Amino acid sequence: MVEKVDTIVVGAGPAGSAAAYSLARADNQVLLVERAKTPGEKNVSGGVLFGSVLHQLIPNFWEDAPIERTIINRNLVFLSGESSFSLDFSSKKLENPPHCGYSIIRYDFDQWFAKRAEEAGALLATGIRVDELAWENKQVVGIRAGDDEIRANVVVAADGINSQLTEQAGLRKGLRTKHIGLGIKEVIDLPSDIIENRFHLEGNEGTAHTYLGCTKGYPGGGFLYTNRESLSLGIVVKLPAFEKATKTKAPEFIDYLKQFPYIQRIIKDGNTIEYSAHLVPEGGYSGLSKLYTNGLLVVGDAAGLALNIGYALEGMNFAIASGIAAATTIQRAHQQRNYTKKTMKHYQRLMNQSFVIKDMKTFQNAPAIISSPRLMKAYPDFINNFAHQLYQSTATPRPKLMNLLLKHVIHEISLPYLIIDGLQAVRGL
Amino acid sequence: MNSNIEDKLGTLRYNIDKESHILVNFEICKNCKPKPCILGCPAQCFELINDEVRFQYEDCIECGTCKILCDKDAIHWNYPRGTFGVAFRKG
Repeated sequence: MVEKVDTIVVGAGPAGSAAAYSLARADNQVLLVERAKTPGEKNVSGGVLFGSVLHQLIPNFWEDAPIERTIINRNLVFLSGESSFSLDFSSKKLENPPHCGYSIIRYDFDQWFAKRAEEAGALLATGIRVDELAWENKQVVGIRAGDDEIRANVVVAADGINSQLTEQAGLRKGLRTKHIGLGIKEVIDLPSDIIENRFHLEGNEGTAHTYLGCTKGYPGGGFLYTNRESLSLGIVVKLPAFEKATKTKAPEFIDYLKQFPYIQRIIKDGNTIEYSAHLVPEGGYSGLSKLYTNGLLVVGDAAGLALNIGYALEGMNFAIASGIAAATTIQRAHQQRNYTKKTMKHYQRLMNQSFVIKDMKTFQNAPAIISSPRLMKAYPDFINNFAHQLYQSTATPRPKLMNLLLKHVIHEISLPYLIIDGLQAVRGL
Repeated sequence: MNSNIEDKLGTLRYNIDKESHILVNFEICKNCKPKPCILGCPAQCFELINDEVRFQYEDCIECGTCKILCDKDAIHWNYPRGTFGVAFRKG
């Protein structure tokens, strides 16, 4: 059985639904294919959805979309044994749409987004795993799923970080462990009034935390954000941690995070209602795949479009931006009736001009800096030991602040490293 | 508070296919020293029993970690067929 449509989008996550929605709204025929029974069932988030890009596509989406909470508080916490040292920022100014961040649950959000694409005229086909691309004369001409082949002028690979299509098309070789993080998450239920009391929130305000010092010295970090009636608590560990003969199995990393007193107080009386895991593109600019070939565009995680610079984490926003750019490229290709690299290349141009690739270039050294082994253990220990010395009662003469600081620096980190790390951070972040 | 992995995986709903979506060539595993799949799998689908790698696909949460960690090509990896596998509700 062979059918033909204008465009096939593979994967109904934010990138795929953004592409399908944009195309359908401009009266293009588009088939959105998803392997799950319901969009969102296979997807796991580890952070905040920034509102600015989606607002360009669906103005005031927050009035309609299933949003959990608006993030008005950010907290960077250095964990070290019994101690924790926080950089805590709160502002009602963070609440102004569209320049704010939202916590979302992907099962609800992705379903909503795919439905919007459907309402705009896209054909959503769920429960179908795309097995391979169909080719003709080095041009992608469609997809195969089981015994069925469906043809299209353009295929958009929005099939996530494990994108089989991108690899089949030769746009990337296998993923490299140093470019990938394993995210493990537990969703912990708590009544909304307890969440609001515990985190000093009102109404639908929310908080997002980042944790350092909780990965046993391996590159990675922890995260937490508040949903309406649950907390999403997780840990990301870069894959090389498992290549060495370490003793820590992946599931033990989140248990390790949960045993810090700071975390225990946060999740007290809550029950884990869902456990999940997902890979995260952490390679930054050098982890990007090629973005296009004849008849094929790659968007979102499938292309490695995500950025972690420590204090900010971009993924879903980049995904939506790439989906929109892909749709623009396809419409232009329709006008020229040409679907070869020549017209597909426009997608690369649009992405290069967008904040997405610009940010990925600006912060291309960030993945290395935030993977520094000292950031994972020595600095969190140092800052907590230093604060402990400042505030503890000893009934002995107090050293001057600078003397105390120098003693700790020399004892725990060594000055040359501090200077190198400081310079790298200033230049790279 | 749940603490063991069995309880955590028990929070998930699955539609389990008759056949495995991941195939492991255990002959290759015999000559693999570090066995990163055993450490890296967040669902502990890979286990070391009597020094041999064992794999079960039923608990798989489809992350792809094993495929990337295995540098010996012992893992033939795919997603489950459409509609099968894990279904997150709070992802």
